[in-house]
Amino acid sequence: MSSTFDTVANIIAETCDIPREQITPESHAIDDLGIDSLDFLDIAFAIDKAFGIKLPLEQWTAEVNDGKATTEQYFVLKNLAERIDGLVAAKGA
Amino acid sequence: MRLEYFELVDKIEELNLSEGRILVRGNVPAASPVFEGHFPGHPLVPGVLFVEFMAQTSGWLLLGKLNFERMAFLASVKEAKMRTFVQPNTPLFAEAVIEHEGSGYGITNCKVTKEDGTPVADAQITLRIMPFPSPEFSDAMRARARQVGFTIPA
Repeated sequence: MSSTFDTVANIIAETCDIPREQITPESHAIDDLGIDSLDFLDIAFAIDKAFGIKLPLEQWTAEVNDGKATTEQYFVLKNLAERIDGLVAAKGA
Repeated sequence: MRLEYFELVDKIEELNLSEGRILVRGNVPAASPVFEGHFPGHPLVPGVLFVEFMAQTSGWLLLGKLNFERMAFLASVKEAKMRTFVQPNTPLFAEAVIEHEGSGYGITNCKVTKEDGTPVADAQITLRIMPFPSPEFSDAMRARARQVGFTIPA
């Protein structure tokens, strides 16, 4: 069974036409991979479908805009994968 | 439809918010300046207006789901297909079904048909959900909603 990171990395590679080997757990989706907000909607849709969750993008964006969080907390892929695992666990609780 | 004003939805025929489905009507007018250029002597509805028709149909559905508290803006169009020509003076129907309600966006599958069911166009539509830019914008959308048959909260 592939890890959450692998699933996310494969989604990004397919959605944004980025070579899979360029996508690492340390990659920042925006700063390193150049993913814009429109492409991220496609990624969020694919992640929502793959994991049966709803990424709280609006909440994350508000937290970043309000200075309560950094983009690294949500958009570095290892952190994104961790948050997905949390959402999946919360769904099953 | 008033093509030159981008008012493409004439009437909401069916709306089921719990199922996430809407069916609307739009009557292609007999005459419009659009047909003077598209095409001279051979008037056809431009395909881009079918895309807009699907976007507006999806938008009304999402506005209903959002209780008119926020606005839906077209973000992307996937797999758009124009399946037949449409001449002036043709009634059309558009149906949109919600594929996914995300955080700050919605995705619908939409199709346009003629009155006899002939497929005209279809696409997957993504709309961003954002605050209304101004109270005037919100008021204008609510006024237009009443014109097309929406029952909306005060």
